[in-house]
Amino acid sequence: MSDANYCPNTPEEIGEMLAAIGVASVEELFAPIPAALRASSFDLPDGMSEFELFQRMQTLAGRNTQGMINFIGGGYYDHVIPAVVDHLSGRAEFYTAYTPYQPECAQGTLQALFEYQTAICRLTGMEVANASLYDGATALAEAAMMALRVTNRNRLVMDGGVSPFTRQVVRTYLTNLDVEIVEIAPQQGGTDQTAMLAALNEQTAAVLVQNPNFFGTLDDLTGLADAAHAKGALLVASVYPISLGLVQSPGDMGADIAVGDGQSLGNPLSFGGPSFGFIATTKKYIRNLPGRIIGETVDREGRRGYVLTLQAREQHIKRHKATSNICSNQSLCALRGLIFLASIGKQGFTELARLNYDKAEFAKSTLAAVKGVTVVNCGATFNEFTLALPKSADEVVVKLLQSHVAAGVPLAAYYPGMENCLVVTVTEKRTKDEILALARELERAL
Amino acid sequence: MKLIYEQSVAGRPGVKLPAADVPRAAALPASLLRKEAAGLPEVSEMDVVRHYTNLSRLNFSVDTNFYPLGSCTMKYNAKVLENVAGLFAPYHPMTPLLPTGERFSQGALGLLHELGGWLAEITGMDEVTTQPLAGAHGEMTGIMLIAAYHRAKGNKKKYVVVPDSSHGTNPASAAMVGYEIITVPTAPYGDMDLELFRQAMNDEVAAVMMTCPNTLGLFNPHIKEIADIAHSHGALMYYDGANLNAILGKVRPGDVGFDVIHVNLHKTFGTPHGGGGPGSGPVGVKKSLVPFLPTPRVVKKDDGSYGLETEHPASIGRLANFFGNFGVMVKAFAYMTMLGREGLIQVSEQAVLNANYIMSRLKDLFEVPYDQTCMHECVFSASRQLKQGVHAIDIAKYLIDRGYHPPTVYFPLIVKEAIMIEPTETESKATMDAFIAVMREAAEAAEKDPEALHTAPVSMPVSRLDETKAAREQNVCHMKW
Ligand SMILES: Cc1ncc(COP(=O)(O)O)c(C=O)c1O
Repeated sequence: MSDANYCPNTPEEIGEMLAAIGVASVEELFAPIPAALRASSFDLPDGMSEFELFQRMQTLAGRNTQGMINFIGGGYYDHVIPAVVDHLSGRAEFYTAYTPYQPECAQGTLQALFEYQTAICRLTGMEVANASLYDGATALAEAAMMALRVTNRNRLVMDGGVSPFTRQVVRTYLTNLDVEIVEIAPQQGGTDQTAMLAALNEQTAAVLVQNPNFFGTLDDLTGLADAAHAKGALLVASVYPISLGLVQSPGDMGADIAVGDGQSLGNPLSFGGPSFGFIATTKKYIRNLPGRIIGETVDREGRRGYVLTLQAREQHIKRHKATSNICSNQSLCALRGLIFLASIGKQGFTELARLNYDKAEFAKSTLAAVKGVTVVNCGATFNEFTLALPKSADEVVVKLLQSHVAAGVPLAAYYPGMENCLVVTVTEKRTKDEILALARELERAL
Repeated sequence: MKLIYEQSVAGRPGVKLPAADVPRAAALPASLLRKEAAGLPEVSEMDVVRHYTNLSRLNFSVDTNFYPLGSCTMKYNAKVLENVAGLFAPYHPMTPLLPTGERFSQGALGLLHELGGWLAEITGMDEVTTQPLAGAHGEMTGIMLIAAYHRAKGNKKKYVVVPDSSHGTNPASAAMVGYEIITVPTAPYGDMDLELFRQAMNDEVAAVMMTCPNTLGLFNPHIKEIADIAHSHGALMYYDGANLNAILGKVRPGDVGFDVIHVNLHKTFGTPHGGGGPGSGPVGVKKSLVPFLPTPRVVKKDDGSYGLETEHPASIGRLANFFGNFGVMVKAFAYMTMLGREGLIQVSEQAVLNANYIMSRLKDLFEVPYDQTCMHECVFSASRQLKQGVHAIDIAKYLIDRGYHPPTVYFPLIVKEAIMIEPTETESKATMDAFIAVMREAAEAAEKDPEALHTAPVSMPVSRLDETKAAREQNVCHMKW
């Protein structure tokens, strides 16, 4: 039999073990399960060896179209990943360990996650961060729930510029709780400031915004932060980490909680996961954070070391009174994020953001020069922008897909009335030639 | 070890980036521009390599140490799984959501569909969503599905019932969905007290959350009866699949009355635990709950191709931006493909054999609070050792000095000084014999030299750490730039 199953014991060893237990067969160990409860079916294919598996998986992966040129983002971004990220996160001592419950034999994971928390604080301009959440969308949902706890209020104001997928996740999380969510429809790809300010009141726990938003528009959140604070509400900002190499941090703009998706930091597209969510806030809210937190301390000899801390917030101690139900998080992806940031470095990270911005600006002006195409965004953008086309963006996207160019995300499905609009993403991986080719293809398709 | 930030030298460049082949654009408006670059390290590529390689060496892991961490199923993670996951790394999750985009993602969508089908067959459910990102996320999703079901039926429900042996995520997940918790005590026979359960049940109970075998490693022979009682009150049965490794091919939760289940792919299906994650927690449901499943859903079309259904009127919505932790699912899919039907049955058989073997070889020295044939894990109490002033944590620290990752300690909460051992099926008798010998030495040391246990570990880069100081100072971010 060539099936792999990784069960090492020989029939002799199994016999010795059964004798030690005092039973005649393995089946006897299943005697506590009444016959009437036994599986009625277990209809699965036969197994195979590693070699055959690899071939099968290659075939399967090959059924995805190869070599697509991506101008799509929508929350997941095609960025470079330095080779060290795979190699170091691929150290088995990292990836085959689990949650560092026993700190003396887990200082590797603990110190790395402490360094990760530090990186997130420094990027976002906040004071404290946890050791990761599942993804950016659930991080925003957790931040919303955190704001409800902190303020003891039950109303949220959410900007329509937050990714439609993320807004759906937030709504799903809150469906069964007594929470009112007011959504403010965007104007020209930006926040409707007047409507936003009018929506704030004394019951509002938080304002949820995304920067840059789904259309790519950047916003100075300072005024909104002041307005929220004046009503006793928190400002929760979901940010795109790569933009923080160039754009003012949410902390400096007055946000109380910053969240985001860490995919762009060293995690492959991988059809949408795994990545990680980050959450950072100010010191005064640390006890309201969800999930694991690593803290610095000393051992009995006074040597520096790291431990899981403030665990009294968590489900394994507080059960139904915990700040969140999260247990497993996305540590390995957070580690990838850390190694990505460390290997790119301080200057490199600024340069990376700048490259994204410059290439996107080049693409924006090049595409806007195509006849009938205009830019929708009411303000500056980072590496994504929205175009209005003279015809249905769906049609254009379908046409360009035929030549394996994913030209952007058409907005028909997400923003009624924006059927002609297309969100185009340009990362550092897109070359000038690819951008020029996109412009030519677009011109042809219109 | 120094932090990476402490190795930083101003001006030291990191890895090279792609060329700037376009002109510099006009600067962002000042109000948007970052004033000061974020304080990231300035280190060479080799600094990064040495630092993280050396950090990794401070860890115990499955690949370096026996890791019998109960409830976590720390089985061997086959290397080929890492290789196959890489095959899917370049595919963008927005592609199939573009108009006509599905046809460019047939491999990935097909994998999700087939994996869902296998999980449904393994658990005895009708349909599976792969969106939930870990076990607890699956629990929350499952309870949301149950809430949606009751709402659609006009049922007024307020409570979720859990046994006191349940994992903390169970009540926490139910509370996230707005339910109040009723906790039922465990009977002396090691299962949720049937009589007390009967008394606790009422028509306002939305769901009963259980795992079977429970966290004591015991299979509840009354599970069907419990399900019948729950159903008679209009409550649904939720199965926490964290312990599925015990019953693969033996019992299907869907056959014995459960309506919803989550599966921890990172436990049962051999995907690595990543130092805390990523996991993946697909949820399976019975027909009556299918309308409420999250979107987008992967469907197989009449022509045999795969597509996405993005709208569903009764759906609870969305639990993650895209399709779940896809890379983890690729690994689980590959694991299942390799093991096949027979291989998966052997998993539960050998897992149960290994756990019973360890129990039989240690129960003369360590108290077994519920002494029965166990399933995939066995739970001891260090109550005997406590008489010498030795706690479960002291035994755990002693094991570290001897090169073993400790079992889970102090869980389940209902066992005083709990030591929960889950060897998994991938450990050999030789490894377990060596571990058993060390556990027996620990018991002996507890009798003869308890002080030695209190000072352990002495062979690690750090000794026991001051957790009170950490909680008081809340130093969670290195402040010096
Ligand atoms: C019994 C039990 N239930 C639920 C969970 C939660 O799973 P996850 O950590 O994947 O969220 C765990 C994980 O430790 C568990 O052991």
